[in-house]
Amino acid sequence: MIQLQNLSKDFGTLRAVDSINFDINEGEILGFLGPNGAGKTTTLRMISCFLDPTAGNIHIGKYNVREHSLQIRKMIGYLPEHNPLYTEMTVYDYLQFIAEIREITNFKKRLKEVLEQCGLHGVIHKPINILSKGYKQRVGFAQAILHDPKILLLDEPTSGLDPNQIVEIRKLIKELGKEKTLLISSHILQEVQAVCDRIVIINEGRIVADGSTEELKSSFQNKTRLELELNASEKELKQMTDKLKNISINSITPKEDKYNLTELEYDSIADRRVDIYNYIKAKKWTLLEMHRVNVSLEAVFRNLTIEGGE
Amino acid sequence: MNYASIIAKKEIRGYITSPAAYIVLVIFLLLAGWFFANPLFLNNQADMRGLFSLIPIIYLFFIPAITMGLLAKERNSGTIELLTTLPIKDSDIIMGKFWASLLLIGIGLLFTLIHVLTIVILGKNIDYGSIFCGYLGLILLGGVYSAIGVFSSSVTSNQIVAFIISFFIVFLLFILQYSLLFIPGFLTGIFQYLSVSYHFSNISRGVIDTRNIIYFLSLIVVFLKLSQFALSSRKWK
Repeated sequence: MIQLQNLSKDFGTLRAVDSINFDINEGEILGFLGPNGAGKTTTLRMISCFLDPTAGNIHIGKYNVREHSLQIRKMIGYLPEHNPLYTEMTVYDYLQFIAEIREITNFKKRLKEVLEQCGLHGVIHKPINILSKGYKQRVGFAQAILHDPKILLLDEPTSGLDPNQIVEIRKLIKELGKEKTLLISSHILQEVQAVCDRIVIINEGRIVADGSTEELKSSFQNKTRLELELNASEKELKQMTDKLKNISINSITPKEDKYNLTELEYDSIADRRVDIYNYIKAKKWTLLEMHRVNVSLEAVFRNLTIEGGE
Repeated sequence: MNYASIIAKKEIRGYITSPAAYIVLVIFLLLAGWFFANPLFLNNQADMRGLFSLIPIIYLFFIPAITMGLLAKERNSGTIELLTTLPIKDSDIIMGKFWASLLLIGIGLLFTLIHVLTIVILGKNIDYGSIFCGYLGLILLGGVYSAIGVFSSSVTSNQIVAFIISFFIVFLLFILQYSLLFIPGFLTGIFQYLSVSYHFSNISRGVIDTRNIIYFLSLIVVFLKLSQFALSSRKWK
C-alpha cells in the first residue's frame, strides 16, 4: 500500500535518511524503530508531505508524494511528534476546525463515534491547554482519525505518558489497527513488540533490519542459553560439560550454601535439556531452577544499532 | 466553504479569545480618538483629514502587532506541522491569515465611523466622497501592511522578531516620502513612487487613480507570494 523507494533526505550536509526502501502492506501494523536521531521523524514527515524528499519517492496506491501531495494528505491521518495542538481552542472547536478542512460531512455523527473511541466525552467543551497529557494525546488521536483515514502515521504516540495512559493508548492503537494500515515510530521496544506485526529498524538513516517480531528474534537465536541453579561446584560442572560435549559454561555465580547460578550455552539445533537433566539426576544434585534465557528484542536492537556491540 | 476562509475563521476566533487583540484594538481606537478630537476643537473645523493622516502612523505599530503571531506562533508551537499536513494548499493558509488580519483592521476602522458621525452632526457641506476615498485608502494601506506582517511572521518562529521585521519594512516604506530631500535628484521619482505615503495621500485627497490602486495591490501580491515561498521553503530546506 505504501512504498518507499530509495528515499533520501539531506539537511544541508547532513544526510538524515539514506536511500531507504520498504513497503507497508494494507492492514499491516508496522513498527518503525530506531534510536533518537535515526531518521524516523524525518521519514514520517516525508510520508505526511511536510517535507519533500531529496531523492527517491513515496507511492501510496496510485499516488506519489511529489505530484499528488493533496490527495495523499487526504488519505492519511497523522499524529506528529510531540502532538502539537491549538491549545487555546476547546476540544470541540479544534475538531470542528479539522472537520471543516477535511470536508467531513455529517460532523455531529462522526464526532460522536470518535469521542467514543478516544474516550473524550467528559472534556469536549474544555480548552485543550487545561487537559492532562494523556487527554491531549487522545485529542491528537481524535484529530488523526476524524476523517476515517485508511492510513495512520503515529510518531512516538506514547512518549511522555504514564504507564496507565500508555496501556490505554496501546489499546486504542490495537483497536485502530484492525481496520487501518498503521505506521508507528518508536524508540521503545516493548511498545513495538506489544502492538506491531512487523518491525523495521533504522539507524543513522539506514535500514538495518526488516521482519516480523518473531523473525527478528529467531535470527539472533542460533544459540540457546540455559540458566541453572544447583548445588554443584565449578569443578563438577566442568566435568559435566566435558562429558556432555558441545556445551559451554558462560558464567558461574556463587549463591548461598553450595548453590551456584550457572549459565550454559549450546547450539539451538538440538535440545540438550534432557541430557543435562539426566546427568544432574544421576549425580543426585539438587536442581532448584532451570530455564531458557529469552533473547529479547532489546538485545537485537542493541546489536543492530550500536557499533561494536556485544 | 473556501479553505482560506476556514483558516481566517480560526484566526478570528483566536483574536476573539485572546486578550492581546482587545488591548491592541483599544489602544488603536484611543489613539485614533485622541488624534481626531484634539485638532477638531483646536482648529474648529469639522473634517476627517487629521485622522486620515494619523491612522497610517498608528498602523505602523498596530498592524505588526496583530500579524506577528499569525505564522510565527504556529512555527513556535509546532502546529505548523499539523496545519501544513492537512489537505490544503500553502497559498490558502497564507490567504486565510491575511484575510483575518485585514478583517480585524476593518473592525477597528468600523469603530472610527463614530467620528464620521460627529462630523455629520457638527459640520455642513460634508464631502462624503473624500471620506469614502480616505477609508478606501486606509483599507488598501491596511492590506499592504498586513501582507508585510504575514510575510515577516512567516520567516521566523519568534513573534518579537516578526514584529521588528514588519515594523522595519512598513516604516521604511512610510518614511521614503519624507526622506526625499536627502536623496539625489534623479532618484526622487523612483523613491516617491515606492513610498506608501505618496500613494495614500493621493487617494485620501479624493483622487482615485488606477496607478495608486495598482501600487497597493501589487505590493500585497508581492508580499503574499513571498510569504507563501517562505512557508513552502520548509519542504526543501
